Amino acid sequence: MSSPAAASTRPTHAKVAASLRRRYRSERLFRAAGLAAVAIGIVFVVFVFYTIIAQGYGAFAQTYLRLEVDYTREVLDPNGTHARADLESADYAALVKGALRAQFPEVTERPELRALYALVSSAAEVQLRERVLANPALVGQRESVWLLAKDQVDLLAKGQVDRRAPEADRNVDDRTIAWFDRLAAGHRVAKRFNVGFFTGGDSREPEQAGVWGAVVGSLLTLVVTLALSFPIGVAAAVYLEEFAPRNRLTDLIEVNINNLAAVPSIVFGLLGLAVFIQFFGLPRSAPLVGGLVLTLMTLPTIIITSRAALKAVPPSIREAALGMGASPVQTVLHHVLPLSLPGMLTGAIIGMARALGESAPLLMIGMVAFVADVPRGLTSAATVLPVQVYLWSNSPERAFVERTSGAIIVLLAFLLVMNAAAVVLRSRFERRW
Amino acid sequence: MTTTGDQAPPSAPRASPRAAPEPPRPGAVIDTRTVGEVTVENPVVSARHVNVHYGEKHAIKDVSLDIGRNAVIALIGPSGCGKSTFLRSLNRMNDTIEGARVTGSITLDGQDIYDKRQDVVQLRARVGMVFQKPNPFPKSIYENIAYGPRIHGLAANRADLDEVVQTSLRKAGLWDEVKDRLDHSGTSLSGGQQQRLCIARAIAVDPEVILMDEPCSALDPIATAKIEDLIDELRRNYTIVIVTHNMQQAARVSQRTAYFHLGDLIEVGATDQIFTNPRHRLTEDYITGRFG
Repeated sequence: MSSPAAASTRPTHAKVAASLRRRYRSERLFRAAGLAAVAIGIVFVVFVFYTIIAQGYGAFAQTYLRLEVDYTREVLDPNGTHARADLESADYAALVKGALRAQFPEVTERPELRALYALVSSAAEVQLRERVLANPALVGQRESVWLLAKDQVDLLAKGQVDRRAPEADRNVDDRTIAWFDRLAAGHRVAKRFNVGFFTGGDSREPEQAGVWGAVVGSLLTLVVTLALSFPIGVAAAVYLEEFAPRNRLTDLIEVNINNLAAVPSIVFGLLGLAVFIQFFGLPRSAPLVGGLVLTLMTLPTIIITSRAALKAVPPSIREAALGMGASPVQTVLHHVLPLSLPGMLTGAIIGMARALGESAPLLMIGMVAFVADVPRGLTSAATVLPVQVYLWSNSPERAFVERTSGAIIVLLAFLLVMNAAAVVLRSRFERRW
Repeated sequence: MTTTGDQAPPSAPRASPRAAPEPPRPGAVIDTRTVGEVTVENPVVSARHVNVHYGEKHAIKDVSLDIGRNAVIALIGPSGCGKSTFLRSLNRMNDTIEGARVTGSITLDGQDIYDKRQDVVQLRARVGMVFQKPNPFPKSIYENIAYGPRIHGLAANRADLDEVVQTSLRKAGLWDEVKDRLDHSGTSLSGGQQQRLCIARAIAVDPEVILMDEPCSALDPIATAKIEDLIDELRRNYTIVIVTHNMQQAARVSQRTAYFHLGDLIEVGATDQIFTNPRHRLTEDYITGRFG
């Protein structure tokens, strides 16, 4: 050995030198193992994000068809009354169909016509009705309008239909492809930002389905959860940590809180069904009940993290306050709680993030129902983002695949915003000592 | 000069007269009865037969001691001897420790502080405390001082409060150093300044007694000297009980010294006498550095 230590005559030095190589080798191995673990984690995260974004970004665009719409007086206002009620109840579907027939005059057979009408979404009627009601002068006019395309056409436009596959194996027939190509050649096909996806509720028609209903449902549910679980959790943690005597009862409570944190969430759903819906008679599918169930689920997490945050406040601060003659409650409110708030907020956000991603307990209380309307309040029927993802992933329509991923992206963005808010709040309350 | 035990009034217990430290006899049972005069005239605090248990542990064994007005008494002794425990029983800080039990009587101006009717908040406003590690609140310097007067309702308005903050900081000798940055965090000060801030915080509520639990053990010699000067200064208006591991410090700042050993109060007396002419063998062993 050439190291200076080895040159020493003392036998211990030689032994130390001999052990060095072994020590450095195990250190390198340990580091490599850690690095490999991190790398594997990163690979998986990148993979997940890549697949979700690659599949889901398409949901943010939507195909529209430009058609020449004839606002014929005979259809819209057959009696010539110009009354708003008449305009509201007019047959706008006929206008859409007329426009399609005018575009493809060679189609006359009934079954073929039905296929032709399927190019345009049923939302197009609503679109036209709104235009006419906003501007009644349109009656009797003719204009070029971008109408929402049906999901099949949307898939065609996004290149998600394999045209080389045998006709029987794809859900778009050759006829429709031919019509689409003709429209595309006439610059009558365009993809636009899918506003409806962010502002609409759920729908059976993929091209009309939006996540806003689920977003509002999630928001309302989380508001209930946060409003209940944070104060209750913090109060419980403060009592257990600062005031409760140490005895068998409090030990039992502590053990059970830790146990509750490990209870499968679907059990909380069953509890919610039995207690809130069957016993207290609260409405099914309501964000209120969802929030209550998720409160039960997140409480243990919040209590445990809040207690850890309280424990982290140095006892010297408590002593200082008590030594000044502050009462125990003043000590907690003036000193301990402000110092532990950042930690508690972290716990609350972790709990909220879990609650946001939870679907199992909400299935039990009926939040899995098909809800087309955006919920208006805590007791109106609603669903939440993860359940919406689950519902869409179960839908047979091919066009729901990208919407499922789109909803996941929205869910992740929601999470990101929440975590960012937590970081901001935490740094604002953070104090050093 | 300290009087011997037989001249003590009957109320003073267990002050046994003894001539001189016994010659060391290996294996002999050491007499742990208190030597010296535990009573003083017109005491502020008067402890009689105080026992403190922490669960199974008997931390303070039948200690009786008077604390004289406007004087500094130093509690010395090896680690674990119970001097801090005794100090903390004087403002009932032991109440906060799970399983702590205090028996006997401690009176403040003749009033039993362990009486059920005694409000602990009021007691701590009268008996302030300074801890071993400087523990300012993580708030501004101003807020640190203003906290006590505020919770006890001592200041009627903002001007009053400003006044209290300024006088307290002046008394603690910190005003000139911090007057331009009262809004800075108390924790941004140096260790010695933090400790003086804690002293200022304690005197802001104008207590009668200030308990100091090794206030200089975390400080460098210069900061320590400042605190010691401050203690000497404060003696005019306050009664100070100081626990210290530093015997030179005890000799410098105190007028009386009490030596604790394994929960017993071994010897009490004038500081000069304790350090120059200890009467108990244990005291002598300790101050000459044979153990501790």
